Amino acid sequence: MSKEKTYGIETQAIHAGAHPDPVTGARNTPIYQTTSYVFENADHAADLFNLQTFGFIYSRITNPTVATLEERLATLEGGRAACCAGSGHAAQFLAFFTLLEPGDHFVASRNLYGGSLTQFGISFKRLGWNCTFVDPTDPNNFKEAITPKTKALFIEPLANPGGIVLDLEAISAVAKDASIPVIADNTMATPYLCKPFEWGIDLVTHSTTKFLAGHGTSMGGAVIESGKFDWNQNDKFPSMTTPDDAYHGLTFYETFGDFGFTMKARAVALRDFGPALSPTNAFNTITGIETLPIRMDRHVENAQKVAEFLINHKAVSWVSYAGLPDSPFHDLAKKYMPKGPGSVFTFGVKGGYEAGVKVVEGVNLFSHLANIGDTRSLIIHPASTTHRQLSEEQQIASGAGPDVLRLSVGLETADDLIRDLDEALNL
Amino acid sequence: MTDLSYSDELICKILTETQTIAMVGASPKWERPSNFVLKYMLGKDYKVIPVNPGQVGKEILKQTVYGDLDSIPGKFDMVDIFRSSAAAGPIVDKAIELKDEKGIKIIWMQLGVQNDEAAAKAKAAGLTVIMDRCPKIEYGRLFNELGWCGVNTGVISSKRPATRR
Ligand SMILES: Cc1ncc(COP(=O)(O)O)c(C=O)c1O
Repeated sequence: MSKEKTYGIETQAIHAGAHPDPVTGARNTPIYQTTSYVFENADHAADLFNLQTFGFIYSRITNPTVATLEERLATLEGGRAACCAGSGHAAQFLAFFTLLEPGDHFVASRNLYGGSLTQFGISFKRLGWNCTFVDPTDPNNFKEAITPKTKALFIEPLANPGGIVLDLEAISAVAKDASIPVIADNTMATPYLCKPFEWGIDLVTHSTTKFLAGHGTSMGGAVIESGKFDWNQNDKFPSMTTPDDAYHGLTFYETFGDFGFTMKARAVALRDFGPALSPTNAFNTITGIETLPIRMDRHVENAQKVAEFLINHKAVSWVSYAGLPDSPFHDLAKKYMPKGPGSVFTFGVKGGYEAGVKVVEGVNLFSHLANIGDTRSLIIHPASTTHRQLSEEQQIASGAGPDVLRLSVGLETADDLIRDLDEALNL
Repeated sequence: MTDLSYSDELICKILTETQTIAMVGASPKWERPSNFVLKYMLGKDYKVIPVNPGQVGKEILKQTVYGDLDSIPGKFDMVDIFRSSAAAGPIVDKAIELKDEKGIKIIWMQLGVQNDEAAAKAKAAGLTVIMDRCPKIEYGRLFNELGWCGVNTGVISSKRPATRR
């Protein structure tokens, strides 16, 4: 956009969005632990409430620490603007509330984090938002599921629980033909490994809870817009292109242009439903992101070693990690995430459900818990936990069958992790 | 294709040196984008003169409205065009004609407004041209306000930022 210097992602991870404080010179981003902000006068207050000027009113809507994180995320993704939320799930809600009317439809990959399958398939339905899940490995499946009511596609480029990498270019092309946006949940890959906007994706969501914050300390989420989607190309997105009653007839796309989606998500969905990110969690996430590039390199290196160990273990029947040359997703991973396909993946143990439970109970260094993207290595048996709400058929379809274990490989010494798994597998 | 990238330095210089802006296509309706920009720029201590033939003699945000660039009494540095790309042509012609008399230095076309032919003429006449940008957004971006609503400003710096021109 401007004829300015460009910066590498390592520099962006440390500097984007964070300036020294103009008044005090504080170099690190302060935690603005405040709910509200004093107006200059009544006119200034009115301008702020009308969105006519930039500034802070109340931390449910904007907060300076949160704003630093938002700009940093928008920069790392190569997007135009971002709006944070209190969790990844809340960010997904903000994205869909801004896109959909009751009775609308979207098509989602069936290979998603289990909580997203439940959010979309069950809870969203109560709001009149209908989701069809498809096998995402054939982009044509999205095309076939699109109806006149379909307003978006939703995918995880690198899917949780494991090992699947999608053809982003082909899926974007399907959406473009239908004149609808694609939303990519980039939690598993992070913008260090994969840049969805470069492949035609229109919106990115994150659970910043995971690799971005990176230390298992802080919940958070974000929705980021590329700034490239033309909301005026059809009449599918009245919330962007027609006067909004919540703002006395303001039209968001016309007024805010390429960051209109983010403004709408913030000024309506975040304001009225309230899932704001706390300043302290924003600070922890900003600090985490500063080391994202070096952490992700090590996460990938450790994951590769652990996967290579498991594939040769006699108690293991299969390993689904796209970094392994035999993975059917190896080539897609090379194309879309050349620095490596993350550190979360699944493997199957011989002996099914009981054998799986035995391993999660037998490890001593891996932590048995329901999270990913921590410095610590984590393990879970999805069928008995995160994917428990699903039928066995759905579990298998989403890559979480009874014999499946999911790892999130952390930053410990790789040999220690391998020994820990070896001991648990040999029990 | 016309190069629509402008250096931060250029935009910053324009926004710092400009004092008076004639805004062609300023709307009296508060929810219109032109009204947003008018109000914001007034708040940043620019003198902004609304130009709108349908509102001659009335006031928008306490500023007297003129019907065209000729009838504005004093001098103005910038013409900010809130009209269609096609309508920008004759406005630029008029600005070129008036440039010495009115002291016009800058032609600024709003987001989505681009008229390459008019821009070439204006440049040949010694005017600086910005197209497809909003001065409010650029001011916010370069003076550290736009990031407050999560927008990627593209600004990376270890210096204490200026918060006003
Ligand atoms: C890929 C993915 N997306 C979204 C979420 C939901 O995020 P949160 O737990 O921050 O609400 C998760 C959480 O596990 C996830 O792994």
